[in-house]
Amino acid sequence: MSVFNRLRNGLRLTTNQLSSLFANTVTRETGGLDGDVSGEGLVALEETLLQADIGVAATARLLEVAGSRGGTADVRSVVKAELRRLLDGTEGARPTTVRPRVVLVVGVNGTGKTTSVGKLAHLLNQAGERSVICAADTFRAAAVEQLEIWARRVGADFVRARSGTDPAAVVFDAISAGKARGRDVVLIDTAGRLHTHVNLMRELDKIRRVAGRVVSGAPHETLLVLDATVGQNGLAQGRAFLEAAGVTGVVLTKLDGTAKGGIAAAITSELGVPIRYVGVGEELDDLLPFSAEHYVEALFEPVW
Amino acid sequence: MFASLSERLQGVFAAVRRESKLTPETVESALRGIRIALLEADVNFKVVGAFIDRVRDRAVDRSVLESLTPAQQVVAIVRDELRTLLGSGSPGLSKAQQLPQVVLLLGLQGAGKTTTTVKLARWLRAQGRHPLVVSTDVRRPAAIEQLAALSGDAGIRVHEPDPQVGAVDRAQGAIEMASSLGFDVVLVDTAGRSHVNDELMGELEGLKASIAPSDLLYVADAMTGQDAIKSAGEFNRRLGITGVVLTKMDGDARGGAALSVVSVVGAPVSFVGDGERLEDLQPFHPDRIVSRILGMGDVLSLVEKTEQVVSQEDATRLKGKLQRNEFTLEDMREQLGAVKRMGPLDRLVDLLPGMRQLASHAPGEFDAGGLVRTTAIIDSMTVRERRRCQVIDGSRRRRIARGSGTTVQDVNRLLKQFMEMRRMLRAVGTTSKSRKKKKGGRRRGALDSLWLQAR
Repeated sequence: MSVFNRLRNGLRLTTNQLSSLFANTVTRETGGLDGDVSGEGLVALEETLLQADIGVAATARLLEVAGSRGGTADVRSVVKAELRRLLDGTEGARPTTVRPRVVLVVGVNGTGKTTSVGKLAHLLNQAGERSVICAADTFRAAAVEQLEIWARRVGADFVRARSGTDPAAVVFDAISAGKARGRDVVLIDTAGRLHTHVNLMRELDKIRRVAGRVVSGAPHETLLVLDATVGQNGLAQGRAFLEAAGVTGVVLTKLDGTAKGGIAAAITSELGVPIRYVGVGEELDDLLPFSAEHYVEALFEPVW
Repeated sequence: MFASLSERLQGVFAAVRRESKLTPETVESALRGIRIALLEADVNFKVVGAFIDRVRDRAVDRSVLESLTPAQQVVAIVRDELRTLLGSGSPGLSKAQQLPQVVLLLGLQGAGKTTTTVKLARWLRAQGRHPLVVSTDVRRPAAIEQLAALSGDAGIRVHEPDPQVGAVDRAQGAIEMASSLGFDVVLVDTAGRSHVNDELMGELEGLKASIAPSDLLYVADAMTGQDAIKSAGEFNRRLGITGVVLTKMDGDARGGAALSVVSVVGAPVSFVGDGERLEDLQPFHPDRIVSRILGMGDVLSLVEKTEQVVSQEDATRLKGKLQRNEFTLEDMREQLGAVKRMGPLDRLVDLLPGMRQLASHAPGEFDAGGLVRTTAIIDSMTVRERRRCQVIDGSRRRRIARGSGTTVQDVNRLLKQFMEMRRMLRAVGTTSKSRKKKKGGRRRGALDSLWLQAR
């Protein structure tokens, strides 16, 4: 199955709802997608976008665009193009030739960091890159055991620490091990932390400094794992982690529910951080590289 | 908790208060502000729509517009409607009909079910109950170990059959164990699942049928967006939820999900989780939360928190010391310890009316670091120094600073603060004495006026 088809399948429920909702509201209120968009039609469109968690500010911008061009163009393609523009056009981390490449995975509690690290190792594995998985979540009970099971499934190297020890120390060990064994990537799973806890956010800074001491330029990539069901708080999370941990990309998880992850569009446009991967299921290969075009296409494809 | 929503709404109300007279137009503009505030707080847009309509219906009434205090009336209407929205059910668990009482915790992946299970067990034990916990999450790697480890930390008994045992048998085994060993409540943790996964939802229905729980708690992430209404609605439709636990309330989520979930499920919020420590779980009081959202503070919760950490005798003893002017650095240290036990300072700020705005003007004044430093300085003194601070000369100050890892300036500042505090406390002590003599003077204590404001 092609990547696009897998994404489409994963997003099927989401898409069904969004596009049927879209078709219904817009058709009902304006008498057709090509009709004049004003007044009631815009209200319906606003609700549609708000319901996708796109946010009040981003919705207002989209409405402005749709309103200014609504009279002549197909509303749907105007909004689609605009969403694609919002999601695209931001560059990720610059490619690096340094080995091992260090990828730091951060986020608030319960977004799916550990699972994403497991799946990411699998994805890299399939691309021929061998990875070391580093369990730097020394806080949550059994987080290390959970990641160890993933590492075994994927067949990646695993570096762990006793629970309660300093996460920066195990990061140091893992990167050193990756260097010594000539691995391509070191994936670091960190403990979930609410972005409002200043001291925990500072801990990330320490991890980054320690990583940079072992391999120059590390971490080369910092991925923020974001739950697709998150609402406007996602923006606050994005902003805080960007500031404290220099996030270079977003992993959008749990897209296999009915959540649309619309806040991702707001994050990309407001913070300039691209979405890199999306999680669409509980299986090992349910993490996909993100493509703005496919995502928007899948989101707006007619009910099938 | 709810801080930003509260700020936004207060901004709207301030604008309303500036108007000398309310017209349907000014009401409309206030409603627009409220709508945006609620939407940005992630309240579902359908819920927002209905809410705004209800407020509008009541607010454009002539008796409101022509009253002498139209702005207060509008605030009161919003408060009433928020209360209605949050439901009025009593917090906590249902009354046990039969023992052991069985509680099922369910929800989406990553909502915080496992942590909540242990927090709830701990809370129940503090209420004098005897909880037993069991994990039925045979799906997520190490989920069973996570529950066992957390329970171990909290000293909670876990039913732990062989990992091969299926979900239903695990839960039933726990209930049998509870009946034979005399545990009166069984908390059943479940695997996180998406509400659209028909197979897993069916599994949950089977589990429910076989153990007949009296409480089905839906664990929801406070940061959830518009989708909250759909997932909670589906869980409720298939399983019938009796209560909601909101987690991760210690972040800056505006908590709109709470309003959405409650309005769709019809069951009250039973508990909120507001921290990473296992004791960070509180029963939920809709009334108090509403006053907190509207910036009216929550003095009741503050009083309860104080009562938890300060015993009656301690309070009486301290009062006597104040009246005899014997307040020492030792007492100060004790007080600081009590404050620390009440939880993070910045969270206490939310409980006091108007303090949030004050705190935002003085960041750093309310951090726990200062508390730790002060305690360290007092710890570095000798017993004699603590009892008679007059003996602390320059040389002693240098020693104390070295011992506590601070500077002489820090020590000086603390001593100055202490002297000031003692002077103030002496005044309070004598006032309360003279008040007793005069049978109630005109002056009111600081706490009394807080009470008045909160009403």
